[in-house]
Amino acid sequence: MTAVAVSEAAYVSRPLRGRLRVSTAWLGAAPFLLYTGLFLFLPTVLVAVGAFSGPHGPTLANLARLSQPYVVSAFLNSLVLSAVSASVGAVVGSVLAYAVATGSPDGILRRLVTAFCGVLSQFGGVTLAFAFIATIGTEGFIVIWLQQHGIRFYPNGVWLFSLTGLTLIYTYFEIPLMVIVFMPALDGIRPQWREATETLGGGTWHYWRHVAGPLLMPAFLGAWLLLFANAFSAYATAAALLDIGGVIVPLQISRALSSEVGLDQANFAAALALGMVVIVAIITVLYARLQRRSARWLPR
Amino acid sequence: MNRRRRRRLAAFKTVVYVVLGLFFLLPIAAMVEFATRGVGISSPRTLTAFTSIGSDPELVDAITASLELAVITSMGMLALLLPTMIWLRLRVPQMVRPVELVCLTPLTIPAIVLVVGFAPIYNWIEINVSDSILMLAFAYLILVLPYCYRALDAGLSAVDIRTLSEAARSLGASWATVMWRVIVPNMSSAVSNACLLCVAVVLGEFTVANLLNFENLQVAISILGTGNASVSIALAVLSLILVFFFLLILSFLGRALSRRRSAARA
Repeated sequence: MTAVAVSEAAYVSRPLRGRLRVSTAWLGAAPFLLYTGLFLFLPTVLVAVGAFSGPHGPTLANLARLSQPYVVSAFLNSLVLSAVSASVGAVVGSVLAYAVATGSPDGILRRLVTAFCGVLSQFGGVTLAFAFIATIGTEGFIVIWLQQHGIRFYPNGVWLFSLTGLTLIYTYFEIPLMVIVFMPALDGIRPQWREATETLGGGTWHYWRHVAGPLLMPAFLGAWLLLFANAFSAYATAAALLDIGGVIVPLQISRALSSEVGLDQANFAAALALGMVVIVAIITVLYARLQRRSARWLPR
Repeated sequence: MNRRRRRRLAAFKTVVYVVLGLFFLLPIAAMVEFATRGVGISSPRTLTAFTSIGSDPELVDAITASLELAVITSMGMLALLLPTMIWLRLRVPQMVRPVELVCLTPLTIPAIVLVVGFAPIYNWIEINVSDSILMLAFAYLILVLPYCYRALDAGLSAVDIRTLSEAARSLGASWATVMWRVIVPNMSSAVSNACLLCVAVVLGEFTVANLLNFENLQVAISILGTGNASVSIALAVLSLILVFFFLLILSFLGRALSRRRSAARA
């Protein structure tokens, strides 16, 4: 890797007109860098700067507002929602991934499941909210069908339009995402490991407890973190489903952004966004570490 | 594998597929059921919800805008990303890694966070450039960067671009010819892969459009949902089916690519 990089660097700086040519070659990336500078780094910087500025210059007031009870509860709601949906999604998703991985690697079933998972994990959002309204909303298919058979689906009040409903819908896109992310790790399992376990007198339990389990653990935890971050930053479903704003952090941000009451609301939105970035950054660092561990044995 | 374990595995797989199949297909079936409901309880099934999509001018505008955005974003992505990636690999290889890092950054910054930073920029654009919904393409190009980078990267690493470009250059081809007439035709499935991903992301985008007050397909579905649920659900079903087919095509393309790659290696 380093040897290749060195020889390629030599290739670039070798030509007769040496310096001039290197400097023009760098210009090839200029449009890309200019664009990402304007539409990726500028917005990020604007969020960071906005979080620390007020109407009278630099201030910590926006960050102080994060300690208000309704903001703290929004962050807690977001964390719990993400943790629960990521956990359910990770467990169920890995079971489904295992069922697919033990099947034919080129079969139609596997291709269908993969394509389906791709749509559901990507598309999500508004469509899903409506899918669940059509299924278990007050006029929903299942609710009406059960009603015709004398069963009430909501004996204790409708919970679809609350955090509970949101958690259920989130698992709907977390499971497919888990299948996509976790599949490579399952494909990396070699039948020889099982055979070796059996030669040494181990059964199914020993195999999962001492061989496959520990090997898959880093990949599983990494996938869980990815699912967590995914749920944590999701906005569309909640926006389409919930009428009351501000239950979770993304809804708080949207309320602050669209509010026309206080001038300072944009900076408050920036402070909320910064809070989200910090949490996602922590997750990303943990994820990168776990990835490195599972990359050791995964086939490339 | 002994017979007992194989039978247990088969039973386990059947249960998993049936239960999860129900969980995943039921909401989609329910959407179809809901969208085809008649006015009364006993009235017959109707496709009014689907046909009335075309007669709502606001809705047609939103659909057109989303499709236009999908095309513009795909073209912009190819124009910005592909030449840069090829050029850097050929001439400035030490910059490949930093550019990759930049391309993958949007994965770690949630769209809801980016939109807070987009808001002042779009304020400026609305006043000084245009207030057209097509301006959203600037933001969408950033959102699709990571997906398209990966797709194009997979294509580029399957082709020996150095040998191809040196051969073409020694025959007197310009850099533009090398890129568009030599390298791109050799990685056409990766290019269409990237475009399909781009289309899927743009058609499903809600967060940025909604918070910057633009009405694209998803925002229209959401607004409609409060008034006319059956039409908005009909539209949601259609867009879901559309994207599903896009991604199905994509998975076939991906398979063709990997087959060609393994053939090249052999």
